[in-house]
Amino acid sequence: MSLIENLRHSRRAAIVATLLLGVLLAVLPFLVGSGLGNSWLRILDFALIYIMLALGLNIVVGFAGLLDLGYIAFYAVGAYLYALLASPHFGLHLPVWLIIPAGAALSGLFGVLLGAPTLRLRGDYLAIVTLGFGEIVRIFLNNLNAPVNITNGPQGISGIDPLRLGAVSLAKPIDLLGLTIPSLHAYYYLFLGLALLIVFITIRLENSRIGRAWVAIREDEIAAKACGINTRNIKLLAFAMGASFGGVAGGLFAGFQAFVSPESFSLMESVMVLCMVVLGGMGNIPGVILGGVLLTILPEVFRHSAGPVQQALFGRVLLDPEALRMLLFGLALIVVMLYRPAGIWPSTTRRREFKGDASARATA
Amino acid sequence: MYADAAFFSLALMDIFIQQIINGLVLGSIYALVALGYTMVYGIMGLINFAHGEVVMIGAMVALAVIRMLLDSGLPGIVIVLIGLAAAVLACMAVGFTIERVAYRPLRHAPRLAPLITAIGVSIVLQNLAMLVWGRNYHAFPPILPSSEHEVLGATITSIQIAIILIAALMMLGLMLLIHRTRLGRAMRATAENPSIAQLMGVDINRIISLTFIIGSALAAVAGLMVSANYSIAHYYMGFTLGLKAFTAAVLGGIGNIAGAMLGGILLGLIESLGAGYIGDLTGGYFGSNYQDVFAFFVLIGVLVFRPSGLIGEKVSERA
Repeated sequence: MSLIENLRHSRRAAIVATLLLGVLLAVLPFLVGSGLGNSWLRILDFALIYIMLALGLNIVVGFAGLLDLGYIAFYAVGAYLYALLASPHFGLHLPVWLIIPAGAALSGLFGVLLGAPTLRLRGDYLAIVTLGFGEIVRIFLNNLNAPVNITNGPQGISGIDPLRLGAVSLAKPIDLLGLTIPSLHAYYYLFLGLALLIVFITIRLENSRIGRAWVAIREDEIAAKACGINTRNIKLLAFAMGASFGGVAGGLFAGFQAFVSPESFSLMESVMVLCMVVLGGMGNIPGVILGGVLLTILPEVFRHSAGPVQQALFGRVLLDPEALRMLLFGLALIVVMLYRPAGIWPSTTRRREFKGDASARATA
Repeated sequence: MYADAAFFSLALMDIFIQQIINGLVLGSIYALVALGYTMVYGIMGLINFAHGEVVMIGAMVALAVIRMLLDSGLPGIVIVLIGLAAAVLACMAVGFTIERVAYRPLRHAPRLAPLITAIGVSIVLQNLAMLVWGRNYHAFPPILPSSEHEVLGATITSIQIAIILIAALMMLGLMLLIHRTRLGRAMRATAENPSIAQLMGVDINRIISLTFIIGSALAAVAGLMVSANYSIAHYYMGFTLGLKAFTAAVLGGIGNIAGAMLGGILLGLIESLGAGYIGDLTGGYFGSNYQDVFAFFVLIGVLVFRPSGLIGEKVSERA
């Protein structure tokens, strides 16, 4: 009796919590925009892009246990495809609904291209090959401006068409039923919708046959094979799936930023996204989202406070704020990992696994 | 006509030898850094992501000390040696601290946790260096007696000869240390199986600390070599260098000392020959700006066809 009561109660609590979260997400851009200004609104938009990226990488690293250090390459593929097909660079202006899926497909293809030769590798070897792949993509982007100018080299491509829904461009304020929605807010709602879609897909994937096969491979590839899982195809699927999410995020980034250059796709960015996944709690979707939000916002908080705080304390800026902010960020990474090695918000199963798991090294 | 052709091929030969020399110099440096990665990996099964930054710290400390002593009137070589000693000491301290702070507490944590702290450490070191030495490039003062020598039509500077010789000597010393001394035996035992080594009375904490310290000392030497060879040092130099050296370690077979040396030299040669000839081979379509790509293509090729590296041991799949 009391059990049923409890269940009913917790379900009601869950519904209330979801509703509250929904309302919060809906009004968040207005709160942030009026409270902190447009620069923070942009950061909020970026946080959503990073959440998509982190969720994509989470499929590869968190679910399937394949350590990928070149994930940003897929983001780059999506972004550059958008930039090439919708900018004055080639004079092409294809519609968004065509480019974004094309970016997802092309990134997925790249994912398979990367996955196919590396299927036999494990652990750290896989990490270093994916890292090499990411660097190769970046170096090509940097240098493919001669003899035929494809990527415009280190200068990057500017003047990229903004994202648009139908005939409505998101770069300008939108009038909707007498309400004016500023551009940054409009982007927020678009990204939020897509991020929620990706969250939904990953949750459904996690509990599907495929998701369980990924986890089985992560835990013990040989046992998974023995259970009849086609490990080759399932691993390729993880690569392709993760990569296509990256491609979508890349396309959105290009349209939002109106500018892409190879600088945005350095190894450090891959590392950042990996940090989001691991720091948040590998394999746990809420944890990964938290990681994405924290690691987007934390460096910005440091950026905005590094200078003024010094000014207040010492009367002048003693240390280069940019270096100081990254220094603090590095320290934060170390401290969080030392105190929560399984991530800030690990999944319950993984938390159990990691308790006293001294043989973690053997999985290499 | 005939004489022209002969002259032409001679000139080509010169360029070839020059590329080999450049490759050997570069490769010696890669090898020294790769040793640091491979020793740590062999013993702990961990990628010490921050190792490249230790090289950078070595170069910066050496340069700072050298610049301080510039007006002291000491002979150039003595100044450089003092700088080197300071760099070695500083790097040893840094290596020891990294292991203590970022890796030791996580020895039994999930495998990715130490990777993230390593990334954190490398961000911290890089930005610390930026705070201390600024964003600018620092020039290496021309205080070393440098002379150029002709070898089969190519030139090699005395600094380059010194780099190759010192690197070779240090590698020889390391080999002796690992295969001939008590400490070396303890290191090999720890690499083989830490718990059993401990049962046999090896203090594995001490061994791991020492591994980091030795690797960092090698990194300090490599750091000075890089800045002397390119006459420049700056806070961001460790990143790419570390990446390449790690590639070299994997190429040779990570965890394998001889493999790191072989991988380093090979990678240096491949890069220098590749960058030298890619223009000719592709009819000018791709230039030497693709130098960095070779390392990674070679790496992927090797790992796909020989996943354990060139002379790495075959790792059996666990059941």
